Amino acid sequence: MSGYAEAILLMLAINVVVAQAGYLPLAAGQLNLGVAGFMAIGAYVSAFVTNTYDLPIVLGIVSGAFAAWLVAVLLAVPLLRASGIYLALATFALGQVIQAVFLNLEVVGAAAGYAVKKHASFSLIMTTTATVLALVFLLSRTRFALYLTAVKNDPVVSDLFGINVRMIKVQAFSLGALIAGVGGALYAHQYSYLEPQNFNILLSVYIVLYVLLGGTQTVLGPILGAFFFTLLPELLRGSEQWRYVVFALFIIALMALRPQGLITTELLRRLTLRRESKG
Amino acid sequence: MLLLQQIINGLMMGGIYVLVAVSFTLTIGVLNFLNFSIPGIFMLSAIMAWRALENGWHWGLAIPFGLLVAICASFVVERFTYRFMKNVDHEIPLVSSIGFLILFENLVLVAWGSDQQKFPSLIPDLNIRAGGLIIGIGQMLSLALALLLVIGISLLLKRTQLGRGIRALAENAETATLLGIEVHRIVPVLFVVTGLLTGISGILFAMNYQQVSAAMGDVVGLKGIAAMVIGGMGNIWGAIIGGLLIGLTEVLSIYFFGADKVDFYVYGLFLVLIILRPQGILGSSAATGVKL
Repeated sequence: MSGYAEAILLMLAINVVVAQAGYLPLAAGQLNLGVAGFMAIGAYVSAFVTNTYDLPIVLGIVSGAFAAWLVAVLLAVPLLRASGIYLALATFALGQVIQAVFLNLEVVGAAAGYAVKKHASFSLIMTTTATVLALVFLLSRTRFALYLTAVKNDPVVSDLFGINVRMIKVQAFSLGALIAGVGGALYAHQYSYLEPQNFNILLSVYIVLYVLLGGTQTVLGPILGAFFFTLLPELLRGSEQWRYVVFALFIIALMALRPQGLITTELLRRLTLRRESKG
Repeated sequence: MLLLQQIINGLMMGGIYVLVAVSFTLTIGVLNFLNFSIPGIFMLSAIMAWRALENGWHWGLAIPFGLLVAICASFVVERFTYRFMKNVDHEIPLVSSIGFLILFENLVLVAWGSDQQKFPSLIPDLNIRAGGLIIGIGQMLSLALALLLVIGISLLLKRTQLGRGIRALAENAETATLLGIEVHRIVPVLFVVTGLLTGISGILFAMNYQQVSAAMGDVVGLKGIAAMVIGGMGNIWGAIIGGLLIGLTEVLSIYFFGADKVDFYVYGLFLVLIILRPQGILGSSAATGVKL
């Protein structure tokens, strides 16, 4: 495999992972504009652990993910008092605060950046991505996925039907953060250098765009969204700015014409029905 | 004395945030729509005025030209976001407005590159020196203009037919429609007003800091959002307090803690407030309160 193809595949793998990090909260109706902050926690903690204690990268990924999850759990209760646009704004502010914290944290290089000594192999990143996807797929087969949709569509009725709405919200938020932590840890050990500026609001916005473009109703949606967003700029040769112009026009058109995203449960159902009738 | 000087500078910068915050607060208060294209419109008006000046236009033509572009851009955003927002998740128009932000910035990058350009100083560089303090005339004028504009908007909302329509729409879109208010006419006007306000703040920023760039709207826009939240979403007077407070927090945290820590304090304040007091300093109760 050529170096170029490998680089694209690695970027794609990381994007597919973080797309799931944006998807889980969105499936419960939470627009998390601070995903990049949780990625930053995963990236810095994993890099610090592998740099300082010479631990294997896998343990670094686990610690990074755990740290992001822990921060999310601790913050979820106060944060989730807000909902809708207030929650989106609160997570946005949280992302900015996390970024500002790393900008001032001398132990991981502060504004100067932080070099990561260990480099993850191609197979490690692919295996981790496959594991994350497999787990999310398994999760989507459980009642938990149903609860997420219920809480998203109508929290009051879900509550009346005996769903612990607050618990589901906290779980969706913190599981998303956990996956963002994994994505951040992969990022750290792939690109070998971390700067707080990498984890800015625009990254969070892109992650949310993967999910919304692909569709929030299925696990497949965000994967397709991540594929699309990673590969489209590569296919659109020419100057980088023109790529983004086309990309922006595409976002606007898609949101106007198909706001539910590319893949919906309805679409999947129809596709599978057609296949059955043929067989 | 240095501290007092910093406070004055903070209030001057705050004037710009006030205008941006009012633009955000109008679309949130009336339509419950966080319009992320505002930083792009802020930048567009300043860049277009700069281009016009570079081509030898008189500033009396260049500034209206920049404002006109801002208004048109805001109108286009309305056509492609709010119009499609009925019966969809609340994040959809937000995402399309982010699409517009990316579009505007990259179109400017394609046309004129990412370098910071010098914006000519239009106001004579006069300073008032009082007891060791330096107060720039230009900055003072723009702070005064910002406050006047906000008072104007508030009068518009209170006294005019259009204002009553907007307030009715903010209360309840359905009831407003039933009572004969033409929602489809009011919404475009609202976007024209926010486009104009954003455009004015962009040009004031360019004049005071004598620079423009494709990315100039980002930082100001994000601080404008913080200002809006701190003052109380949908509250115009809150936007003034929020804007000035953000300006002050910014310069005071630079003064006391250093430039790297500014974002920590500004957004930390924002985060704590939105959790503890989501209605902001001046906002009434978010669930039942009277907006605008």
